Amino acid sequence: MAASLQSVNPTLSRNLSSPNNSSSFAPFRSPFLRFNSTTVASDFKPLVSFRNASSSSPFVTRSAAEPQERKTFHGLCYVVGDNIDTDQIIPAEFLTLVPSNPDEYEKLGSHALVGLPAAYKERFVQPGEMKTKYSIIIGGENFGCGSSREHAPVCLGAAGAKAVVAQSYARIFFRNSVATGEIYPLDSEVRVCDECKTGDVATIELREGDSILINHTTGKEYKLKAIGDAGPVIDAGGIFAYARKAGMIPSAAP
Amino acid sequence: MASSVISSSPFVCKSSSSSKKDLGFSSFTKSSQISIHRCQKKSISRKIVSVMAPQKDRSPGTTGSVKTGMTMTEKILARAAEKSLVVPGDNIWVNVDVLMTHDVCGPGAFGIFKREFGEKAKVWDPEKIVVIPDHYIFTADKRANRNVDIMREHCKEQNIKYFYDITDLGNFKANPDYKGVCHVALAQEGHCRPGEVLLGTDSHTCTAGAFGQFATGIGNTDAGFVLGTGKILLKVPPTMRFILDGEMPSYLQSKDLILQIIGEISVAGATYKTMEFSGTCIENLSMEERMTLCNMVVEAGGKNGVIPPDATTLNYVENRTSVPFEPVYSDGNASFVADYRFDVSKLEPVVAKPHSPDNRALARECKDVKIDRVYIGSCTGGKTEDFMAAAKLFHAAGKKVKVPTFLVPATQKVWMDVYALPVPGSGGKTCAQIFEEAGCDTPASPSCGACLGGPADTYARLNEPQVCVSTTNRNFPGRMGHKEGQIYLASPYTAAASALTGHVTDPREFLQ
Repeated sequence: MAASLQSVNPTLSRNLSSPNNSSSFAPFRSPFLRFNSTTVASDFKPLVSFRNASSSSPFVTRSAAEPQERKTFHGLCYVVGDNIDTDQIIPAEFLTLVPSNPDEYEKLGSHALVGLPAAYKERFVQPGEMKTKYSIIIGGENFGCGSSREHAPVCLGAAGAKAVVAQSYARIFFRNSVATGEIYPLDSEVRVCDECKTGDVATIELREGDSILINHTTGKEYKLKAIGDAGPVIDAGGIFAYARKAGMIPSAAP
Repeated sequence: MASSVISSSPFVCKSSSSSKKDLGFSSFTKSSQISIHRCQKKSISRKIVSVMAPQKDRSPGTTGSVKTGMTMTEKILARAAEKSLVVPGDNIWVNVDVLMTHDVCGPGAFGIFKREFGEKAKVWDPEKIVVIPDHYIFTADKRANRNVDIMREHCKEQNIKYFYDITDLGNFKANPDYKGVCHVALAQEGHCRPGEVLLGTDSHTCTAGAFGQFATGIGNTDAGFVLGTGKILLKVPPTMRFILDGEMPSYLQSKDLILQIIGEISVAGATYKTMEFSGTCIENLSMEERMTLCNMVVEAGGKNGVIPPDATTLNYVENRTSVPFEPVYSDGNASFVADYRFDVSKLEPVVAKPHSPDNRALARECKDVKIDRVYIGSCTGGKTEDFMAAAKLFHAAGKKVKVPTFLVPATQKVWMDVYALPVPGSGGKTCAQIFEEAGCDTPASPSCGACLGGPADTYARLNEPQVCVSTTNRNFPGRMGHKEGQIYLASPYTAAASALTGHVTDPREFLQ
């Protein structure tokens, strides 16, 4: 019997979506949005995120209704340019790796951004390594354009990156980042990629309203656009975890 | 912009028993928000009548109140969300009609589905999922082969009706179910229907918008969600309208049109938006040419592309499926976020130079660019008509290619057409014969091939920093394999012409 979840007529109105972030994926904020599960698959397992063990992530799991707390990322920056497409993030030859398989998830991380041209002398992941030393990726316009491969945000998260700060995103990449909860896609207001260099030390502070990027090496601060409704989804660990927390999909039967 | 544009003219399909008044113009003065009409496959005599959309001087009195007009995409999404009205920006839960996946993303999508819904979970509807292995098929790469096996297991377990399997990798013809490139197979197998919502784990799922449906690419996690629920949360996109009028020159193809448009608006020009194509030029395009147009919507960042269904659409679809469907059309007073008009008769063949699909240049201005190879294939430029066009040019030229010319039919059916169909004006020769005479490589096993590089042993992969003219869809660094490879995106005509000279070449050199 197919597991079908019937939605109550959602009253999620336009007012709830962030007016400032035209690219916000604002899925689950509304407390009115509920799934009534009629037929339910018999064995629901509790959500086990394969990310939990490996990442020393500052992600805090909390219920959907609570306001966003302060969250901080700190580390080295890796700077790229405009139109970094998903083939450069993870070349097609590595797509035989299945991200939901834990071993292959790790392998994907080791290949993150390996498609960048040779002009990028400093590699994101050192040859032979599995993880990156860079926590923050700084990009230009249209980051993540091209193919819809979810392997792209996955490999960045698997490699150990925590956030991307770009001028703008391609929509499928942004959406995949939110759905997987692998990496925070943040919007800058100016061309931060022109003012930062790979290796700069930076901190990102996410707050309700005024998030900022601080480049400790240059001493400059940059305002970031509020992540809006996408934030709690990423915090929860992605779309499924969020849907469970909000009671939209049943949790595991005891 | 004026809403009195004729280009949103819908076509009415009616059965012989209904009066014209019932299904014709009067359907547009109904007070319902969504003006739709049913097309029955089994009607005996069918007349297709062209009717203009109501003009903006329609008085509110006849409809009862001022109605908000919706674009095609808004209407499709509204209906799929069981709402009477949506506006751009709305986040809505949408019922999915078809979910497509392939060998690269299928295992991941099902892995997520099982992880989230349980090992024993069943998909929401085993007849609405179409699994099409196509990306890494004819390779010795063990993981790639394993991924096809994984999909076979899932499809067996879930009783998935449409799984176009391949087991004999040495001979594609020995696999009766195998199709090839997913977006072409979806159309050929009748899975593309006007008015529906089609999602696929591939960015070029937007190709199906040519059929007047909402079609877009999603990632594994979203697909896993759809597998379990049959629904997806979408934000309604605003629509950019592209009106293409005028007579299409004989040397121009829809690949030139879309490269022209992407060059105009840039690779992010349509981000989060719908690209709606209409106009007399569009109306005269075949379905395959319309597919090429919608295929590269994602290269402009577009969420989806749409073309209003008409007699051409209905004829194609009704020959391939008996599933009922209901086309929708943009209202005369719908709002568009941008309006572009092109006089197609004034356009010239173009290419996209390395390394971006919006790096547009006239083909004739690149004639000094020496090339190393030509690739004709992919969902963008590997369909039957694409090969017919290339063959037509080769035949007209009567010469041999100067560089290796790789031909990868998108599907089994295309491959068979290449070997069976006569090319008009050639005295009965098939594409395959013409290609052979021109010195091209033998047409290869149908798949995505080298469009995206792939495993190292993929046929026609760019393994050296060479210059390639290609009928594919992306030319970012490393797209076809080698990071320093230089890819010029072009129409089949331009690709064929370039093969003959060994330089990027305007097809008018051989077609006039």
